[in-house]
Amino acid sequence: MGVAIAIVVVVVGSVLFHLFSPWWWTPIATNWVFMDDMISLTFWITGVVYVAVLLFVAYCVFKFQYREGRIAAYEPENNKLEGWLTVLTSLGVAALLAPGLVVWFQFVNVPEEATEIEVVGQQWSWSYRLPGLDGKLGTADNRLISVDNTLGINPDDPNGQDDIIIDGDDLHFALGKPVKMLLRSVDVLHDYYVPEFRAKMDMVPGMITYFWIEPTRVGTFDVLCAELCGVGHGFMRGTVLIDSEEDYALWLSEQITFAQMLEQRDVKVASAVKP
Amino acid sequence: MVDIESKAHQTVPPAEVDEVELYHATSFWTKYVFSQDAKIIAIQYSCVAIGIGLVALVLSSLIRLQLGFPDMFDFITAETYYQFVTMHGMIMVVYLLTALFLGGFGNYLIPLMVGARDMVFPYVNMLSFWIYFLAVIVLVASFFVPGGPTGAGWTLYPPQAILSGTPGGTGLGIILMLLSLALFIVGFTMGGLNYVITVLQGRTRGMTMMRLPLTIWGIFTATVLALLAFPALLVATIMMLFDRLLGTSFFMPSLVEFGEQLSYGGGSPILFQHLFWFFGHPEVYIVALPAFGIVSDLISTHARKNIFGYRMMVWAIVGIGALSFIVWAHHMYVSGMHPYFGFFFATTTLIIAVPTALKVYNWVLTLWNGNIHLTTPMLFSLGFLVTFLNGGLTGLFLGNVIVDIPLSDTMFVVAHFHMVMGVAPIMVIMGAIYHWYPKMTGRMLDEQMGKIHFWVTFVGSYLIFFPMHYVGLVGVPRRYPELGDSAFIPESVATLNSFISVAAFVVGFAQVLFIYNLISSLRNGQLAGHNPWRATTLEWQTPQTPPGHGNFDELPLVYRWPYDYSVPGAPEDFLAQNDPGQGPVK
Repeated sequence: MGVAIAIVVVVVGSVLFHLFSPWWWTPIATNWVFMDDMISLTFWITGVVYVAVLLFVAYCVFKFQYREGRIAAYEPENNKLEGWLTVLTSLGVAALLAPGLVVWFQFVNVPEEATEIEVVGQQWSWSYRLPGLDGKLGTADNRLISVDNTLGINPDDPNGQDDIIIDGDDLHFALGKPVKMLLRSVDVLHDYYVPEFRAKMDMVPGMITYFWIEPTRVGTFDVLCAELCGVGHGFMRGTVLIDSEEDYALWLSEQITFAQMLEQRDVKVASAVKP
Repeated sequence: MVDIESKAHQTVPPAEVDEVELYHATSFWTKYVFSQDAKIIAIQYSCVAIGIGLVALVLSSLIRLQLGFPDMFDFITAETYYQFVTMHGMIMVVYLLTALFLGGFGNYLIPLMVGARDMVFPYVNMLSFWIYFLAVIVLVASFFVPGGPTGAGWTLYPPQAILSGTPGGTGLGIILMLLSLALFIVGFTMGGLNYVITVLQGRTRGMTMMRLPLTIWGIFTATVLALLAFPALLVATIMMLFDRLLGTSFFMPSLVEFGEQLSYGGGSPILFQHLFWFFGHPEVYIVALPAFGIVSDLISTHARKNIFGYRMMVWAIVGIGALSFIVWAHHMYVSGMHPYFGFFFATTTLIIAVPTALKVYNWVLTLWNGNIHLTTPMLFSLGFLVTFLNGGLTGLFLGNVIVDIPLSDTMFVVAHFHMVMGVAPIMVIMGAIYHWYPKMTGRMLDEQMGKIHFWVTFVGSYLIFFPMHYVGLVGVPRRYPELGDSAFIPESVATLNSFISVAAFVVGFAQVLFIYNLISSLRNGQLAGHNPWRATTLEWQTPQTPPGHGNFDELPLVYRWPYDYSVPGAPEDFLAQNDPGQGPVK
């Protein structure tokens, strides 16, 4: 009796905790509402199974607990029952998998109109590069990284000259404009993680990875690293903002390009040499 | 219903080969230290595994100290925190769970349950243990070297695992970790070959494969998986050792560390992840399948009812084992591998849920119309059912690629895998120890202490890991020594973290009671007799308890499957496998 009650308490307690605890996901700020919907759907399907199976166990423990003189049934197999259970389970699994794969297709196929933005991760900070007026990012290579060119941008590539560099500052997005985030790492694995985006992806040195989002809500959000990257992992943080289109244009106009950055540096060096 | 009925006298084939004489040890050293008797080796494996497991338990308490009460303990820095996390994970998965299920239970139960006198290669079996022991020594040594053990996370992902930004990355820590793993694999392979071949070749007459207890099916299939999966890890460890020591670039692309160009170039960090998880996912089932098998036998025995759907259970074990080799990249949905892999691996992963669910149904249906004795082993089996069901269902979140994207690398994952491959298999281990301790020692463990141990461990573990899913749902990433200043994390999460930590300390402390029970019952436990649970399988039919050298006097002949409980018309509520008496024969 006690054991059966304990199992019922576990079931009821879990359901109540799920419904009433204050811990739930932070409001979304991108187009990936479907990920939230899929989590909810999965909670429903798995929740029903969890409750049903455990209540059945509790009933069995209550009903068939040892008693003097009770004799257990002898029933090695029941093909019909096992067949039904297989079919039902397969249906439940398919109900989760099918919509999941449909959305995955959307996730991995980036819309044509998305702007490319490069995120560069290194122990333990984030930098960014936006394409300039030509709409194209110049090439980059870890081998080109130096004190003067911390992101390893190819100085000979004309596409890179007007790229906008954001080094150690916040990144802004324009509301409603889809972006493809190109992820690049200078040293070890990182993972560009903004909880409100839902989307995330590892960054791997030696290759470019990506995900895409369409910002849907104005606000300021935390950036964290979600792939262990050494002792500073927990402190590899940044901030991103989703702006209205006007605010975004204003912010963009204040940023400097790669060419300007090199120029400023040359001026600095020159003025340092002069006296 | 029973459809493989046949007459008893037809079921035991005549002997085809003579018995081989065993090696008979005479001195204390060869009997108890460098022993070639699988039962002694099993106990050696178990003691070392539980010993190093206690180290991992202490490490988990240190982790919870930091998470529950950040900034209170000066000796826990980010560096030591990552070392604790790494060593806790690696010890639990490899050096405790794998070693205890296969080296411990495998060695003890396989020869006894299949009706053999010992493993087929006793000398190699002895070597297996001693190499495992050496692997543990090397592992422990890494705590004492300058720079300490590696803090790369148990997945040891390069490039960070061998770079200076990670604790132990440029010191000896990572080297000792890799060496220890390589040794473990060498030792395991020796034992593993023994377990597989003994099941295939050492069975007594009448013990067909479809009469094997599910415990043996679980351990057997898990060992096959391990023999095929561990080589991938061996390759990965050796390649990484070369990258670290010889400057090769198997896993290392060109990279810049803190502004300095390193000479690596051309390697692939994702290649390591594929190798690691090609091992790592079957590893989950290397731990789970023996637990599945053992819990089937515990439920059947203590509910006095045949396991429901034996053949389905066997095929589910084999099917899960086979599928487990083509699901590995579900650990890598956010790794940056080709995104179209997601379609394949999500599909295979969710397919594996079907045979797994069938196993759960069959355990539950075994309880139906049973005669359930709420002994400590049965309680732990019920605890397994609850926690495994919970962890299995959250697997449907993480296996479905699009749902995994927001949840990956959060505390949801930590909660999921602890529930499904931490708490659930350990529930089975505990239940199994209460169940077989009487055979191993001749004395019962104290039931009163056992029940207290169960309730504290079960309720406590549930209170640790159930709420932890919601910490992950909030978005808290794993492998963070503190929450930091994040707008999306409400302050109440810190309170929840403290609560979880307190629950963890209580559970940790309750294990002292268990260890005490194990030691004190050696002397004070009630005498067990040879078959205290009135079980059907062969290990309970030995003439001596604990079984002597060679296990049996005459090798038993097997007339029936292992689940003849409560057979209508039988004089007792169980018929041993070597009982030629009346009743259905399967």
